[in-house]
Amino acid sequence: MFEKILRLENISVVYGDKKVLYDINFSLRRGEILVIAGESGSGKSTILKAIDGLLGKGGAIIDGQIFFGDREITMLSDGERRKISGAEIGMIFQNAGASFCPIRTIGEQIFESVTAHKNWTRENFLERAKIIMKNINLEENVLDEFPFRLSGGMAQRAGILAAMILEPKILLADEPTSALDAVTQVSVVKELLKLRKNHGISIIMVTHHMGVAWYMADKILIMKNGRQVEFGTKDQIFNAPEEVYTRELIKAVPRLERSF
Amino acid sequence: MKKYIFSRLIQLVPILIGITFLTFGMMQFAADDAVDILYEQSGSVAEEIKAAKRAELGLDQPFLIQYGNWLKGVVTGDMGKSFISGKLVFETFAEKLPATFELMLVSILLTIFIATPLGILAAVNQNKFVDYLIRTFSFIGNSLPNFFVGLLLIYVLALKLNLLPIMGRPNDFSSVIMPALTLTIAMGAKYTRQIRAVVLEELAKPYVVGAKSRGVGEWTILTKSVLRSTLIMIITLLALSMGSLLGGTAIVETIFMWDGVGKMAVDAILTRDYPLIQAYVVWMAIIYVMMNLAADLLYHWLDPRVRYSEGGA
Repeated sequence: MFEKILRLENISVVYGDKKVLYDINFSLRRGEILVIAGESGSGKSTILKAIDGLLGKGGAIIDGQIFFGDREITMLSDGERRKISGAEIGMIFQNAGASFCPIRTIGEQIFESVTAHKNWTRENFLERAKIIMKNINLEENVLDEFPFRLSGGMAQRAGILAAMILEPKILLADEPTSALDAVTQVSVVKELLKLRKNHGISIIMVTHHMGVAWYMADKILIMKNGRQVEFGTKDQIFNAPEEVYTRELIKAVPRLERSF
Repeated sequence: MKKYIFSRLIQLVPILIGITFLTFGMMQFAADDAVDILYEQSGSVAEEIKAAKRAELGLDQPFLIQYGNWLKGVVTGDMGKSFISGKLVFETFAEKLPATFELMLVSILLTIFIATPLGILAAVNQNKFVDYLIRTFSFIGNSLPNFFVGLLLIYVLALKLNLLPIMGRPNDFSSVIMPALTLTIAMGAKYTRQIRAVVLEELAKPYVVGAKSRGVGEWTILTKSVLRSTLIMIITLLALSMGSLLGGTAIVETIFMWDGVGKMAVDAILTRDYPLIQAYVVWMAIIYVMMNLAADLLYHWLDPRVRYSEGGA
């Protein structure tokens, strides 16, 4: 339960000539939830992209190492990266609906990502999918739907299903609740917690919502301007923050939301 | 949907009346008429003979009556006879269509086979050497006028290398290659750029990152999602290109003596053969409206977003 599953050592990232991440250091244990918080543009999402090799054009890790278990995954070939993405590391996007091709059904695309890794038949896939769908209150007919036909909450759950179907060890979630209404936010957060409980999965979640951080996190990483300001357990961060910036962030959370 | 198709077809009526009236009117402004041209080669012909011929063809009537007579004929299924050859317009037309159709089909297929891989290759290698090379060629292809490409091909392939026949010959497939190639060079260049642009646009969409994050291979992303999305647009464009090619390509057909409707139209205009010109104009209008409609329907059928937003097709 306590093995370190992911470790970032002095990671720095540039986009073109611009440095966007400076010396990021943290580690994640099995079953742990790490929340990365901070204002927009602080480099929160870039950390997730760096871990999953999704920095895209112009983006590159120029310093440091990322370890997945004992394996270094900082610079993988496309082929090696593909084996990990989806199977070992799952990703949920802020706008999950847009992470699916609009003219193909959800089921078709999730099955496609499954067959990129496993030799499952359609029946195997449906069987597995049903178990997860039950966990996250997703109806089965969603698989036959096109992405644009789903509500924000349903699309987000379809995204969670796509990320979870192969039971990866780590789930990277980029503001998974921020595009949702308050009620749906609460249920998606609860469903993510349930996934951790039932599957022992580790989660790194990016959010600017300190209420969500308070509710979900085991550990919290505070980011500002591409630098990590503070990293510690939830209690440390909320009850004994060392940095002024952390205190300001926490102050911004209304009292009521802390009991969220 | 049926209602939609019906209303689009109804729109054809005013378009047809307007466009035929306009062409009919414009032909009246020409200094000489079919009879003048018919007897041009026979040296000087007595005005009485010409007048008799004009009366026979109905050319002595006022403009509006001529047009009215023509319209009456069309509505009852009679397109009239050619002033020059005396053959039925409908028959003449039906004779020329297969050649135009063959040329259209071959050049469209060539375009698809050339432009699709090149466009994708350029997009996938954006701003690399391959991309620059393809873009340079497509720029050149786009800038060269048809008649010049046609003459160049004739010079190289027929005169110098003696590989292909210069003129169109019925039942000889090799004779379609040069005119089709002439059309393909400009069209292929246009489509290569077009396909490159839409593929690039698709590749930048978040679903590509989404699929990558799920470990889907690039080839699968390209063929299953990106190509399928771009095809919707390409097919729509192709339908419109097919429309303009079915109208015959006057210049290319004339250069290669390709016996299609484009060349027929040019000949008919030179000889002021009104019934034939009118038939051609009607054909063009119908083809354009039908191809536009086909493009629309294809678009509805292929894109689920359109399909659902309009309450099902």
